[in-house]
Amino acid sequence: MTIREVVKILDGKVLVGEERLDSQVNTACGSDLMSDVLAFVKEKAVLITGLINPHVVRTSEMLDITCIVFSRGKIPGEEILEMAEETGITVISTPLTTYTACGELYLHGLPGTKPKKPVTEGA
Amino acid sequence: MAVILERSFPVEAGAFTTAGEASTTIKRTLKQLGVDAEVLRHVSVACYEVELNLVIHSLGGTLTLLVDPEKVTLISKDVGPGIPDIAKAMTEGFSTASDEARTLGFGAGMGLPNMKRNATEFDIQSTVGVGTTITMTFALGK
Repeated sequence: MTIREVVKILDGKVLVGEERLDSQVNTACGSDLMSDVLAFVKEKAVLITGLINPHVVRTSEMLDITCIVFSRGKIPGEEILEMAEETGITVISTPLTTYTACGELYLHGLPGTKPKKPVTEGA
Repeated sequence: MAVILERSFPVEAGAFTTAGEASTTIKRTLKQLGVDAEVLRHVSVACYEVELNLVIHSLGGTLTLLVDPEKVTLISKDVGPGIPDIAKAMTEGFSTASDEARTLGFGAGMGLPNMKRNATEFDIQSTVGVGTTITMTFALGK
């Protein structure tokens, strides 16, 4: 799926990265918990989140997440948008809730990321 | 093995605003060196997790990056407080993180296990009252 299709499906507004809308995304993840995102997400993913702080962009950069969708119409501040611009991450705001945004993308064929095997034994 | 690159980054305790800056620099540096994208992602995730741990849990420390032709090595060395029970700290879901860390979306007790999962080799040594040293290596080339 292209980011352009994501924008259309989510009735989204592109805040950063208008020029990258034809990039492909392979999976998606909906989470406000960056710890989980760091543990499970693969590259070329869309992150749908209601959490707004610079670490959302930082986490995405580390994972090569190509697109962040802020749910419930949230618009992040300039600092966050500039960070995303600098890292080449497309930022979208959708009026939908996180749950509905995830549901819509899933319905349109964008799969979720599969959790990796947990590491529970001691060091 | 000949070291190609060595860089150290001081990480301040409780500096939530700048947390991740060292990891960003490390990622960009390794990318310029032409490190494979998948290896780079593993290094970046583990590096960010360990840097966040220094900010959230330690009294301050240093993050060191070493690159040689065969591997990338990350060493996190802090000045305390040390981990009383490492096995417990390695368990997914166990966390002693502050509310501030949790507000930012961290502190879910995934950090150490996630470092271990991403690194080729993972070693943690800790002494209460002295500090913790985490050494991770990432093999280059598959």
